[in-house]
Amino acid sequence: MSNLIALQNDTANIVQDEWTLVNLPATQVEVRKQAGKVVLFKLTGEASVAEEQVKNTIIPETGKIIVPLRVFIARNQELTQKLAKGEVGVWLATHELIEDLIANVEDINTLPIIAIFVERFADGRIFSLGTLLRTRHHFKNELRAFGDVLRDQLFFLKRSGFNSFFIRQDRSAQEAIAGLKDFSAPYQGAVDEPRPAFTRYNRGI
Amino acid sequence: MYKYDEIDQQIVDERVAQYRDQVRRYLAGELSEDEFRPLRLQNGLYIQRHAPMLRIAVPYGMLSSKQLRKLGDIAKKYDKGYGHFSTRQNLQLNWPKLEDTPDILAELATVQMHAIQTSGNCIRNITTDQFVGIAPDEIIDPRAIAEIMRQWSTFHPEFALLPRKFKIAVSGTAEDRAIIQAHDIGMEFYLDHNQQIAVKVWVGGGLGRTPILGTVIREHLEWQHALTYCEAIVRVYNLHGRRDNAYKARIKILVKALGIDAFRQQVEAEWLNLKDNANTITEAELARVAQHFEPMPYETLSEHDARFDAAIASNTAFASWVKRNVHAHKQPGYRAVTLSLKPHGKPPGDITSEQMWLVADLADQYSFGELRSSHEQNLILADVKLGDLYSVWEKARANGLATANIGLLSDIICCPGGDFCSLANAKSIPIAEAIQMQFDNLDYLHDIGDLELNISGCMNACGHHHVGHIGILGVDKDGSEWYQVTIGGKQGNDASIGSVIGPAFSAEEMPGVVQKLIDVYIEARTEEERFIDTVRRIGVAPFKQHVYADKNLAKEGAAA
Ligand code: SF4
Repeated sequence: MSNLIALQNDTANIVQDEWTLVNLPATQVEVRKQAGKVVLFKLTGEASVAEEQVKNTIIPETGKIIVPLRVFIARNQELTQKLAKGEVGVWLATHELIEDLIANVEDINTLPIIAIFVERFADGRIFSLGTLLRTRHHFKNELRAFGDVLRDQLFFLKRSGFNSFFIRQDRSAQEAIAGLKDFSAPYQGAVDEPRPAFTRYNRGI
Repeated sequence: MYKYDEIDQQIVDERVAQYRDQVRRYLAGELSEDEFRPLRLQNGLYIQRHAPMLRIAVPYGMLSSKQLRKLGDIAKKYDKGYGHFSTRQNLQLNWPKLEDTPDILAELATVQMHAIQTSGNCIRNITTDQFVGIAPDEIIDPRAIAEIMRQWSTFHPEFALLPRKFKIAVSGTAEDRAIIQAHDIGMEFYLDHNQQIAVKVWVGGGLGRTPILGTVIREHLEWQHALTYCEAIVRVYNLHGRRDNAYKARIKILVKALGIDAFRQQVEAEWLNLKDNANTITEAELARVAQHFEPMPYETLSEHDARFDAAIASNTAFASWVKRNVHAHKQPGYRAVTLSLKPHGKPPGDITSEQMWLVADLADQYSFGELRSSHEQNLILADVKLGDLYSVWEKARANGLATANIGLLSDIICCPGGDFCSLANAKSIPIAEAIQMQFDNLDYLHDIGDLELNISGCMNACGHHHVGHIGILGVDKDGSEWYQVTIGGKQGNDASIGSVIGPAFSAEEMPGVVQKLIDVYIEARTEEERFIDTVRRIGVAPFKQHVYADKNLAKEGAAA
């Protein structure tokens, strides 16, 4: 059973994933500590991918693939053909910079999909990234959240411009789908509905 | 005050349903501890020492009598018959059952209340001056914008999971009473030279482990842009705040690391993209919300009342209560009254269900059915006629709500501390009670005069000890409870952070230490000098010397 929720015209369905996610080969990660506690979140902009990893990433020959941002940038040459066929999407983690993506793609809408990896659901940077991709960079295609994606964050993800949600494997997408409808008339304007309640409705005077 | 329309009501109702389901899933094991934590916190639910603690939002401190009555009912039905007003103007219940919290929220929703974002890493309850709308020195009544900001920040999708908590305060008076410089964002409303409402925006203030006063990020912002400008600030913070270390995650650390100029540059660049978007506040929306905060239907009264003057002349207890607990009002013949939640020897800010019901009745009878909570943890009847003050005093006194100590040493601001809070290093309430008992003499208290004493049970500084004229902080030394003392802190326009006087004290020593600080002040003060003025004039040294004199002697004795 697929765990991917796709949102189209405000209707959410569980769909099969057409895309293959290309991962970086694993490396030794050292455990970092701050004030005696294990660091759970990477700093925005911190370099987290080794050159070796980029080099050793296996790019499948066929099919639609979502490649890591660093691979997309460093090995763009190898992707030219697939890119032209619309078979390449890019994923980045919440600590990576969209500016790096923007600087390395002529027209962001040539990418059929951008996916954001959220390692821990409590990392709210994902909401700003979605918002910026949609509003500042006018990205129109599929915007996917994957990683620690859970029901209770779906409503916020939707409002931040995401339209596809890969629910964490050990949870049911079928149940999570309800989270998209937690509130029917939110107050503030956001990506999915730019008008705040005070201009959307006649609230009287 | 603001009354909900269907949209507001639907949001709190849907919140109750959402939260009820979250609790159900948690109890059924479908949500892990880690997954449930941010969800319950954003609904004000802490898991504490004895039981959960539920923090109920009182937006910018405004309450109706109906709401307070309901709070009294809830405290009776689901708790031990009392509640606690916090330094963020909210009401905390210390003993509810987790299983009951959805029902409590459902009851709150019937009186247009909730617990949304009273905790957790999100934009918290917006606070302001308790005399908002009635203070003679008020330039702008910021409640309409505060309400608009409350709505904007409620479930703001982009800012649902920030690096840390985020606190906003608004103020529209000449003398700041909302400690806007101690907030992540402080919004100071004023009239610009075109007589238009404008905002001076402060950023990066905060108490806690690293106390810093805010810096001005923008001198002049037109009110229409209040939301989009905050959006720009919070976005920069959301993206770049330090998530790697909880102690460095507040916006103040980011502002400090970048420097205010670089931070401002980033915010302004962000704002260029947001300015004039749909979240720009319209004239119509401001007018719609502002009508909820129009002045009360006051009677035309004279500035004098013979009965009142006679009561003052003949009753010294009443006169001293008036001196401390009654405050000036914009409208002739009206006064604001602070009902003290600081009777000596009781936990500061605590109030029983019976007292809540009584205060609700007082509000109905004497103050247009409304009241306010203050960050000093007292309740205020904002619109009382001069001629009614005596009756209010008698009724309040009969119910333990008329201690004439507002702004005096025993009006202690105190966090729940080690008795309730699982983060505490030390208890704070027993220290407050012991100090109140040490100074349990109203004449003496009045002679000491204006003094703010703040106690926090740990670095999180919920008791705002850094800005107390005397600040007391619970610290942990080898597993036992100690107290560090600061003096010279102050809130207001000339805010300052207090200085530590020296090594920490044990709980038993604390009343004596405060006594010694007071002795030095009494000795050194000039006429009309308040404690804080004396500290600022003579510095910390004389206080330190006197407080530690015996200790040093003892040490020398031991050495010899
Ligand atoms: S200051 Fe510390 S002990 Fe007091 S309420 Fe806050 S977190 Fe708890």
